[in-house]
Amino acid sequence: MDLSYGKEAEAFRANVRDFLAQRWRPASLRGSELKSYIRDFRRDATDEGYLYRGVPRRFGGSEQPVDVVCAQVIREEFGRARAPMEIYGNGMSMLVPTLLDRGTEEQRERFIRPTIAGDYVWGQGYSEPGTGSDLASVHTRGELVGDEWVINGQKIWTSDGARATHMFALIRTEPDAGKHDGISYLLLDLDQPGVTRRPIRQITGGADFYEFFFEDARAPADWIVGARGEGWAVSRTTLKHERASIGSAETLGRQFRKLVELAREVERNGRPAIEDPQVRQALTRIEGWVLSHRYSSYRLFSLAAADEEPGLIGLMMKLLLTETGHDIALAAQELIGDHALVEPAGAGTQDRGPEKWLDLIMGTLGNSIAGGTTNIQRNIIGERGLGLPRDLAMGGQ
Amino acid sequence: MQFHLSEEQAAIQEAVRGTLEDSFGAERRQRHVDDGGPDFDAESWNGMMALGLGGLILPEAAGGSGLGLLDLALSVEMLGYGAAPGPLVPHLLTGLALSLSDDAALKGRWLGALASGETVATLALGGGWLPESWDVTLTGGALTGRVGHVVGASAARLLLVGTAGGGLALAESGEGMAIAPLDSSDRTRRAAAVTFDGAKATQVFAPGHPRVARLFDAALILSAAEALGGAQRSLDISVDYAREREQFGQPIGRFQALKHQLATMALEVEPARALLWYAGYAWDSDQPDARRAAALAKAHIADRFVSVARAAVAAHGGIGYTWEYPLSIWLRRSLADRATYGAPSVHRARAADLAAW
Repeated sequence: MDLSYGKEAEAFRANVRDFLAQRWRPASLRGSELKSYIRDFRRDATDEGYLYRGVPRRFGGSEQPVDVVCAQVIREEFGRARAPMEIYGNGMSMLVPTLLDRGTEEQRERFIRPTIAGDYVWGQGYSEPGTGSDLASVHTRGELVGDEWVINGQKIWTSDGARATHMFALIRTEPDAGKHDGISYLLLDLDQPGVTRRPIRQITGGADFYEFFFEDARAPADWIVGARGEGWAVSRTTLKHERASIGSAETLGRQFRKLVELAREVERNGRPAIEDPQVRQALTRIEGWVLSHRYSSYRLFSLAAADEEPGLIGLMMKLLLTETGHDIALAAQELIGDHALVEPAGAGTQDRGPEKWLDLIMGTLGNSIAGGTTNIQRNIIGERGLGLPRDLAMGGQ
Repeated sequence: MQFHLSEEQAAIQEAVRGTLEDSFGAERRQRHVDDGGPDFDAESWNGMMALGLGGLILPEAAGGSGLGLLDLALSVEMLGYGAAPGPLVPHLLTGLALSLSDDAALKGRWLGALASGETVATLALGGGWLPESWDVTLTGGALTGRVGHVVGASAARLLLVGTAGGGLALAESGEGMAIAPLDSSDRTRRAAAVTFDGAKATQVFAPGHPRVARLFDAALILSAAEALGGAQRSLDISVDYAREREQFGQPIGRFQALKHQLATMALEVEPARALLWYAGYAWDSDQPDARRAAALAKAHIADRFVSVARAAVAAHGGIGYTWEYPLSIWLRRSLADRATYGAPSVHRARAADLAAW
């Protein structure tokens, strides 16, 4: 085993550092000046081959060969310099790869460039009230009338819903076909009279998700990705390009370090809580999981760099992240004691004491649900990972 | 960056697993754990030694292969998977201790025989496992004291003994040493209490020598490796059973409740693998966090093994609760692995101290 990235990657790192030292100097800029500086910076970083590496040059990307180590070095160096990376969101993580894989040349030209530039912000239109884990049961209807799709129904749990300008959605266009075969993957402009959006207030008090109502909303006939009825398969397209990263391990590691800091700050029996033997046991018990997650992400990264399959461990990282996040949240709740009785001020405001941990204590519950519930994760591990027979109701035989 | 198993590492693991299965298969294993069985099994011992396990981490000059602790841990994981009997891991640690010593005469005398497995060695640490608690005294080349739990003591010719203040001494079995076999709960690694009353011994490391700490870390890592293998086996037995056993006209593994139970077990085992790898890597490359990594790996994985072995019994229903069903062997090993070299809470407390919290 060897955790160094190797000489080639270190030489590459030196280039990235040089570039950043010369090109990322935003210190005195504010407002619109800063905005346009960032825009230019991203363009130059893309020209250098550091951003949008999986996107062809003709659509505004840098079209680099797959190299997860280089991608990781870029993330590390941009992170260190606090330089902006790609505009992140559903557009880059889901729509662009889908268009590259299944879209028409026209669709790629029409949508990828403005998405990369941040002019199009995409919402995901998958979930509906009532679909839950049975996503293919979507009801929102799309009917081709003349040269337009006419859409009626409702979508829910759309992140970025406040800013979204467009949506990619699973729409039932073939009502007489089977459950999966009746769905198409349509693109929608959200700025039109037939679309209403409404924020969903979450258990945390914040509103990161929106629901969308469609009443005769319209989309051009050729804003369909893949053929009619192929939407389910199109939506399964996943981002393969340099997907492996150790990003989520860094998130968990950061949360754990904050937990240790919290234990230093709060007191138990008149002494810093971190001196309490029970607290030390609790922290090191959690750390066993945090480090298992971290080193497993190294393992996955190493497998990806060698172009090998991730296997069982690749199916577990989300559940591991969720469960360990809960452990951290519960330990924090115990440590903050009566501070948990006070609602925290909004993020980014002044005067947030230990009660700010409530954001994480409640927010980590979202991980149990978003992107496949914990129960579904266990099904996946059991069926795809351990080879157990599939549930009959879910298509097993 | 390389942080997954190489083809060669996977091949060595497979060789150890296969050879152990051939030499210590289900029937032999079951006979071995019957009441009054031996503390040593020559067939599997010879099989492992013929593979070169005894010298895997020893220098080539001593007839070894010169590989690292991580490589050894990968093999030891397979010993745990196959419930290898006798003092294999203590033997490997004795060889490692001698190879770390600067005493050329001592190395010349024993390393070759330890590498080949011709001489069987074991560990007699005493106290409460941690080096600072070892309490056998070494005075004028003679040992006095008692060690409560020595695996394979009757079969061993050499004993590496923990001495007061955290030293290590090497003694040959014989005069001045009384061996009282215990009724060990782990029947695959039976132990005896050993009383030293003037047994002759040679000091390998003086009390407080830094290599004692390093050796103890290696013991924690190998113990974690054995536990990981045992946890994997407990999971595999359970998954196989869930795929075959039918109830209500279908394999029970189709029922979501059991499927989720097995997934939870897998979630305990698979991520722990990388925790072990890191501890081995950190030991081999002498990383600043090597001591903590060993302590945390031992604590975490020992707990996982007990948890998975217990869940495995629960996942089986009645058959899992019987003596003759093989799970009993791994459940008992999990209890031994958790206790040996110190309980998880002991090592978590150490890990907290080592973090300077």
